Amino acid sequence: MNSLLNQPRVDHAVSLILNGKRLSAQVDARTLLVELIREEAGLTGTHIGCDTSQCGACVVHFNGNSIKSCTMLALQADGGKVETVESLAKPDALHPLQQAFTECHALQCGYCTPGMLMSSLDLLQKKNTPSESKIREWLDGNICRCTGYNNIVKAIGQAGAVMQSQGAEQGGQAHESL
Amino acid sequence: MSPFEYVSPASVEDAAAALRAAPGEARLLAGGMTLLPAMKHDLAAPSLLVDLRKITPLRQIRLEGGELVVGAMATHYEIATSTQINAFLPVLAQLAGGIGDVQVRYRGTLGGSIANNDPAADYPAACLGLGARIETNKRTLNAEEFFCGLFSTVLEVGEIVTAIRFKPVVKAGYAKFASQASRYALVGVFVAQYEDRVRVSLTGASHDGVQRIPTMEQALEKQFDSSVLHAHEIPLESLMSDLHASAAYRSHLIKVMAKRAVDACLGKPGPTVLRHGGRVLFHKELA
Repeated sequence: MNSLLNQPRVDHAVSLILNGKRLSAQVDARTLLVELIREEAGLTGTHIGCDTSQCGACVVHFNGNSIKSCTMLALQADGGKVETVESLAKPDALHPLQQAFTECHALQCGYCTPGMLMSSLDLLQKKNTPSESKIREWLDGNICRCTGYNNIVKAIGQAGAVMQSQGAEQGGQAHESL
Repeated sequence: MSPFEYVSPASVEDAAAALRAAPGEARLLAGGMTLLPAMKHDLAAPSLLVDLRKITPLRQIRLEGGELVVGAMATHYEIATSTQINAFLPVLAQLAGGIGDVQVRYRGTLGGSIANNDPAADYPAACLGLGARIETNKRTLNAEEFFCGLFSTVLEVGEIVTAIRFKPVVKAGYAKFASQASRYALVGVFVAQYEDRVRVSLTGASHDGVQRIPTMEQALEKQFDSSVLHAHEIPLESLMSDLHASAAYRSHLIKVMAKRAVDACLGKPGPTVLRHGGRVLFHKELA
């Protein structure tokens, strides 16, 4: 491959809402969403694992759905809303999912964890109290090579119960039946 | 990835014009679940991507004149969870819900899948089994004429799939034995029963991509019961043999999946998505 031909041409404008804040950038058309998040916005919580949409370490939310940001062009996200793992915790408190992952020992090396959190958040936002089999099915696209999944599944179930009680206090509920 | 230009037109006409005007190879971008990985490996190196994401009419799912019309840009997730599709053609929702993982289903589209015509994809089996008609910006094609071999369709340069039309069916079932890694069908069989005929289509197994199985159709037209498939043999020379499965294994799986699809039509309980290398429970049933 001629390296001159491969020079980046930063000539496309992209603008999106990232974790509630406007992000505008000029990018090469080849820029992946995960690259925009990590390199342009400097949010390195979203990981690149396999780069082939298998492992799920790069999962973020795009317009309210969990997607693999290694298999989406930054330009495809133009005009949309993106949420990453950095959007979860409040300054003084972990998100119930993060809390449950900690309490249930749902991670060892932690590399897959941002993707696990964002995938399972999507599930819990759509279904208040998913069954264990639903949780396992939902995690089809997230690979963990340390824990064997049992504690991850347990943590998601625990977080779902916490989020449901919090949601009931605030009058909110999951919005979709699956 | 090799460099490319990118446009996201707001109408099908503008997208077709962009395809025609491109100096090199232009490709349509739908969900990108196949095209983007292919581009990362330089298996595809288009000079221009024409992104269809802003053409919102292409996402529409509607009932029209007794037919289900699914826009080409409807995602697998939208199809799996659509109230209309679950009522009118639940087998299509079930099939869509078994594709890839949920993140893939949020992005991947029906139109993208059939235009790619991967020999192991699920939707081509549904389109062929259900006798779907494929609408493009130029014409309407029967599924039989649309698919023509591995990764091939009759789509011409500048032609864009806009919607897929499905007629009502009496009963339909789909069963696949999925690759444990990719969730693609190692073998998938779609069975559709109409008042006067039966259609059976096969994906994942054949050298020539998706195709019908006329011998099974004839047997099921005489008696619509999975037991009539028991002695059925698929000639091995027509089947793929690769690192995933031998032709003999695929031949066996075709029979098992066809029986399960028929049982699903008849409302008999049983799993319709089986995982390769998966649960012991299924190994016993498949032996």
